[in-house]
Amino acid sequence: MNYLLGAFKPACNVSITFSDGKNRKQVPMKKENGQTALVPLFHSQDTISGKVCIDPYQGKKVEHNGVKVELLGQIEMYFDRGNFYDFTSLVRELDVPGEIYERKTYPFEFPTVEMPYETYNGVNVRLRYVLKVTVTRGYSGSILEYQELVVRNYAPLPDINNSIKMEVGIEDCLHIEFEYNKSKYHLKDVILGKIYFLLVRIKMKNMDLEIRRRESTGAGANTHVETETLAKFELMDGTPVRGESIPVRLFLAPYDLTPTHRNINNKYSVKYYLNLVLVDEEDRRYFKQQEITLYRLKEDTSS
Amino acid sequence: MIADGTEDEEKWLAAGSAAFKQNAFYMQRAIDSNNLKDALKYSAQMLSELRTSKLSPHKYYDLYMRAFDELRKLEIFFMEETRRGCSVIELYELVQHAGNILPRLYLLCTAGSVYIKTKEAPAKEILKDLVEMCRGIQHPLRGLFLRSYLAQIGRDKLPDVGSEYEGDADTVTDAVEFVLLNFTEMNKLWVRMQHQGPARDKERREKERGELRDLVGKNLHVLSQLEGVDLDMYRDTVLPRVLEQIVNCRDEIAQYYLIDCIIQVFPDEYHLQTLDVLLGACPQLQPSVDIMTVLSRLMERLSNYAALNAEVLPYFLQVEAFSKLNNAIGKVIEAQEDMPILSAVTLYSSLLKFTLHVHPDRLDYADQVLGSCVKQLSGKGKINDTRATKEIVSLLSAPLEKYNDVVTALKLTNYPLVVEYLDNETKRIMATVIIRSIMKNNTLITTAEKVEALLELIKGLINDLDEPEGLEAVDDDDFEEEQNSVARLVHMLYNDDTEEMFKIISILKKHFLTGGPKRLKFTIPPLVVSTLKLIRRLPVEGDNPFGKEASVTATKIFQFLNQIIEALPNVPSPDLAFRLYLQCAEAANKCVEEPIAYEFFTQAYILYEEEISDSKAQVTALQLIIGTLQRMHVFGVENRDTLTHKATGYSAKLLKKPDQCRAVYACSHLFWLEDHETIQDGERVLLCLKRALKIANSAQQMASNGQEGSAGSVTLFIEILNKYLYFYEKGIPQITVESVESLIQLIKNEESMPSDPYAESLFASTLQFMEFQKQKGGAIGDRYEEIKV
Repeated sequence: MNYLLGAFKPACNVSITFSDGKNRKQVPMKKENGQTALVPLFHSQDTISGKVCIDPYQGKKVEHNGVKVELLGQIEMYFDRGNFYDFTSLVRELDVPGEIYERKTYPFEFPTVEMPYETYNGVNVRLRYVLKVTVTRGYSGSILEYQELVVRNYAPLPDINNSIKMEVGIEDCLHIEFEYNKSKYHLKDVILGKIYFLLVRIKMKNMDLEIRRRESTGAGANTHVETETLAKFELMDGTPVRGESIPVRLFLAPYDLTPTHRNINNKYSVKYYLNLVLVDEEDRRYFKQQEITLYRLKEDTSS
Repeated sequence: MIADGTEDEEKWLAAGSAAFKQNAFYMQRAIDSNNLKDALKYSAQMLSELRTSKLSPHKYYDLYMRAFDELRKLEIFFMEETRRGCSVIELYELVQHAGNILPRLYLLCTAGSVYIKTKEAPAKEILKDLVEMCRGIQHPLRGLFLRSYLAQIGRDKLPDVGSEYEGDADTVTDAVEFVLLNFTEMNKLWVRMQHQGPARDKERREKERGELRDLVGKNLHVLSQLEGVDLDMYRDTVLPRVLEQIVNCRDEIAQYYLIDCIIQVFPDEYHLQTLDVLLGACPQLQPSVDIMTVLSRLMERLSNYAALNAEVLPYFLQVEAFSKLNNAIGKVIEAQEDMPILSAVTLYSSLLKFTLHVHPDRLDYADQVLGSCVKQLSGKGKINDTRATKEIVSLLSAPLEKYNDVVTALKLTNYPLVVEYLDNETKRIMATVIIRSIMKNNTLITTAEKVEALLELIKGLINDLDEPEGLEAVDDDDFEEEQNSVARLVHMLYNDDTEEMFKIISILKKHFLTGGPKRLKFTIPPLVVSTLKLIRRLPVEGDNPFGKEASVTATKIFQFLNQIIEALPNVPSPDLAFRLYLQCAEAANKCVEEPIAYEFFTQAYILYEEEISDSKAQVTALQLIIGTLQRMHVFGVENRDTLTHKATGYSAKLLKKPDQCRAVYACSHLFWLEDHETIQDGERVLLCLKRALKIANSAQQMASNGQEGSAGSVTLFIEILNKYLYFYEKGIPQITVESVESLIQLIKNEESMPSDPYAESLFASTLQFMEFQKQKGGAIGDRYEEIKV
């Protein structure tokens, strides 16, 4: 029985370690089962190097048709579950076909890997990087081992970062002018701005600023758009009068934001909007949505 | 409906308080376990209770006070956190993550307070940030309380002069800026309350606003307590900014309260130095603002200030406080077209009191005030508003009270013009006030000019005013009292110089004669008396060694008197005129003015004949005539004869016998003047006495016929006996011992008749007198010795 069982059990333990694993920063990532795990963080152009260790179980030998390690960049659409689109695929052959009797370690290295896209976990789409080790075997099936990576890419400070300024209104009812200090914010940024009330003829209850994420997947007729409100931030309480200006100061740090992604591999886009919502006493909502660009700024100190 | 409302409110408050307590409890627990994150979470939840719109200010205040207490705990916790190494800057950011604005801002203020205390950033930056961020609350009630919280926590952290938060970058200017900004915003919110909600709730809203006003005013109080707000700062920054806000908010309640607030919280000295600015704002206020009270209080304060600190008076002059106030009031009245007359008058009244206090020596100021008042009143006709009238009376009384001297008031040329606007009733009251003041202070009014002015003032008492028909007439008692006071007043008008005095009297005459019949009987006698006094003071004619023609001669005055008295018979008081004529005659006698005296007597006689018909009055009048005539020595024989003849004639014509008898024996005196040998006619004396006896006889006969009480006639005999004795004593040859003796005998016979105690005692004392004269000895004693009883 033991033998038989052993036949179905992987004959060996495969592990992947990174050469700079001790120093490399790890970030939490939500796994599919809902738990969060710490995952090493990489950036584009990083060299990914490490070791694959194949350790056969006691008294077993591993017969194989070759060992390889792949670095995969995959996009997974949830409505098309199981289908991955690999936009990056790098392979290193680690061993020629043969047999492994005892613990064997293969160093590997992907020097300065181009990882153009960031890891993303959305509503309908997921983009992930993974190291995949395959011990190819014949009929008994290959042995596979995965190691997730998180990739974050820093963006430079934008050259042009205009403020957003706009006057909107409903004729003879409400005229406001709003101003956000920038159109591009980094993820720990703070949105500063002002709302000027030029005409107020409705009785207002409050005014909120929302951050909305719009994720669109697919293309053409199959486009799926999903909008989430990530932040709802009350800016004003009560009815202002003409001439009032209400300050805006919204810290982005507490919210779970990603950079704006545009047309990632023709598969999906993630865009962010600031939605200014005025609610009147009869709970009617008046709003104006403005897109903002989020980017990840290289921080000197943390994350 | 209303009961339900309050009940509901109680319920809401209870619910709010419960939720509040619960979260406060969790917050405390988090604080105890040093859990910043939870402390923030629960405090935000706790503060969310303040987001309610259902509570009235009063109830909301309850909740706010609880929050205030809890936030103190949180602040201490924040402070500890920073000591434990938590960056205050991060803390300041952290609290801003709260999604709801109201809790967020309360937390922000609390964290800001800690931030300032750590001095990691200039206080002004933080304060400025806080006051700016608080704009997010546009709901009046919630905003007011939030900002009030901000003011409270900021209060001890202002970079005031001498404060620990003062630094190179932080100056008192920043402190002022902060408070002003907060004040402005609070006021805007407060004003806005007025315009929110349905119109039918206006009253309730105004009440609520009243409850909240101190939150707004508190800011001004804070400003006034800043060490660094000196006069320059106040004049250049604080006042203009505050006034700008007050003017621009165009809200009646706010303007009234805040202006008053300024006046009350800032020092008088500042007001004095910034009067024009402060006053400049007044005309710009809403017309409905009760500017009158405000300005009155200002002037009251300044008056008190001047009263308590005499050394500041020069400043009042220096800044021309008076003219500024005067101008301002003018402008205010101009700006507020429908200002009730009451307000205007009250304003002037206050101004007048102010100037009387501050510039007692500047009568021209007081006069200016009255002048402006007149201008204001003109074109409005008589004032009907009783309160306004009262205010005018108080306005007019002020100078009298202040100077205790009507003479000063008389210098105010506009004074009578103001009086002109009063209704008649009030004019009279005012006049009595004036007279009372004169009486109280014994003020002598010495020039004709002033007298003229004074009379103009009290015209109400002297003349019948063109009172519309049908108005209730003045009460008789009141009238009498008023006129008596006028009469008393006459004696206060006095000048040692006869010429001037004559002028005064002439003026009085002019006015009094127009006063109508009812008044004359009150006003003429004092005038005559006063005139007679003047005559007595005149130098005797011919005594003028300088040959200077005196413009005021006795003759002139007597003519004058004649004119005055002539007025009297026209009114139904001939008695009075009669007496006055006799008085004048006597005065003329003293001045040796025979024709004049004669003239007066003639007048008196005419009156006697024509006007005095009552028998009792006749008796009295006759006695007066005889008495006066007896003393007259100025008449020549002829005139005197005529007059005495007339007098005896009247006597004999009296109605009742006893009266006749008495009058006739009294006439006997007319023929015997001790010191004037020309008037010693014993023959006629005897004649009179005999005639008296005859009348007494016939009276007795009539009595015995039962026509009259018999007792009287004996008395008459005894009285005549007394006359006999008198003349006998004087040594008139015609009065013989025999005649006296026979008279005594006659009386003794009569005594047997039914007795009359009065007659008996009179006779007894007469006999006693004779005995006494005998005892005295000497020439008289000898004469009495001759009489045998």
